[in-house]
Amino acid sequence: MNLTTGGAGPGTGPLTDPVTGLVPAPVPGPVEGTAPDPPYDYPGYRSTRLRAPKRPLLPLPQGETERRGPLFGESSVDPADSDLTIGGTGAPIGERIIVSGRVTGSTGRPVRRQLVEIWQANAAGRYRHGTDNHDAPLDPNFTGAGRCLTDDDGRYRFVSIRPGEYPWANHQNAWRPAHIHFSVFGTNFAERLVTQMYFPGDPLLALDPMFQSVRDRRAAELLVARFDLAGTVEHWALGYVFDIVVGGRGQTPADGPTAL
Amino acid sequence: MPTGTSPPTLTPSQTAGPFVSIGTEWDATGQAVPDGTPGVVYVEGHVLDGLGQPVTDAMLEFWQADPDGRFPPESVFASWTGFTRALTGQDGSYRLVTLKPGPVPGPAGEAQAPHIDVSIFARGLLQRLVTRIYFSDEEELNSSDPVLAGLGGPSLVSRLVAIRQPGRQPGGPARASTFRFDIRLQGDQETVFFAPW
Repeated sequence: MNLTTGGAGPGTGPLTDPVTGLVPAPVPGPVEGTAPDPPYDYPGYRSTRLRAPKRPLLPLPQGETERRGPLFGESSVDPADSDLTIGGTGAPIGERIIVSGRVTGSTGRPVRRQLVEIWQANAAGRYRHGTDNHDAPLDPNFTGAGRCLTDDDGRYRFVSIRPGEYPWANHQNAWRPAHIHFSVFGTNFAERLVTQMYFPGDPLLALDPMFQSVRDRRAAELLVARFDLAGTVEHWALGYVFDIVVGGRGQTPADGPTAL
Repeated sequence: MPTGTSPPTLTPSQTAGPFVSIGTEWDATGQAVPDGTPGVVYVEGHVLDGLGQPVTDAMLEFWQADPDGRFPPESVFASWTGFTRALTGQDGSYRLVTLKPGPVPGPAGEAQAPHIDVSIFARGLLQRLVTRIYFSDEEELNSSDPVLAGLGGPSLVSRLVAIRQPGRQPGGPARASTFRFDIRLQGDQETVFFAPW
């Protein structure tokens, strides 16, 4: 865990907890490594309180089970699953977007022919889910779920609708920034990653406990997509690029030991 | 040790959130094999939070070898992927329909007792949690398993061993076995969680 909380260079200064107004104390990570992941126990995100484990994680030596990982094939997905705007009887409401990028290992090798899944709120900030009771309309033409396989260069591409921001119960007047949930598989069990993609320039990022839970600001910035003029389709949709780097959060057989 | 000077390269984890089912339910069958497959076993349990309340919005992923201890593409079992997902229900329960894995090699080629690696994703988990399911009817192999031996005592070992339930599965195949494995995120019996990296 990289738990830099200040003084380590530009862009890594203390981040104020949006709930308490305090700078959280560094939380001891379970394993030392280069991973920028957030701590399990992060008081600014209220749901961690009863769910973050209290005991330290134990190391799991890389046996055959961890050296291998699930393999997905063409039968896993339909090519239409990568376009979230075509599942209904008409076009969903909202601003059409194209989100593309590459999934690579920490040495830059592409993650080939692996599954990428996304899920998101609709343009009004409402999820199609029984427990989302936000007072905003559902869109009959938008499920908010998509998936595809990366190509041989690790590239993926989705067509979707820009998701809306929405309120949540974490603290007073709490709003999630616009985001798309991403689930990716690397080449082995250790590289499994679920994360969220954010949009550039969103003023809610500075107030969002989930985004702020990544204590290293440079790492957090990797979660913000880039506007992509080259990926924009004229008269049709704006493009964003979100590249994803998976790694063993320490070392992987595929990449060899990383500097710790 | 991290130096803090080189820029981060790995994409950070973020929580799967309360709506993870939207993106994953297409694949959340809970079945590694069809129910009724010869040799089928059921692994059942609940995911519980620090108050012992059910975690109703978790997505579990199971990753395991086949009964010969092999993974795709080497596995000769029909349609075996080794990968199964399940969503917890309103009572926090899950059910996995699978075949018991065979022993697999550890880091140095030494035998590890049959086990299933489990990833837990849910609201409130900023990263996934990882644990392992072992089987109570594999006493001999469990007793020599290097991971179990390294836990630090029988109390911790018992938290990773799924208990075979007496009796046959009602209405199920005659030889089916049911194992019970609860996942406790906190508390006196907090499940042992691993850093698999």
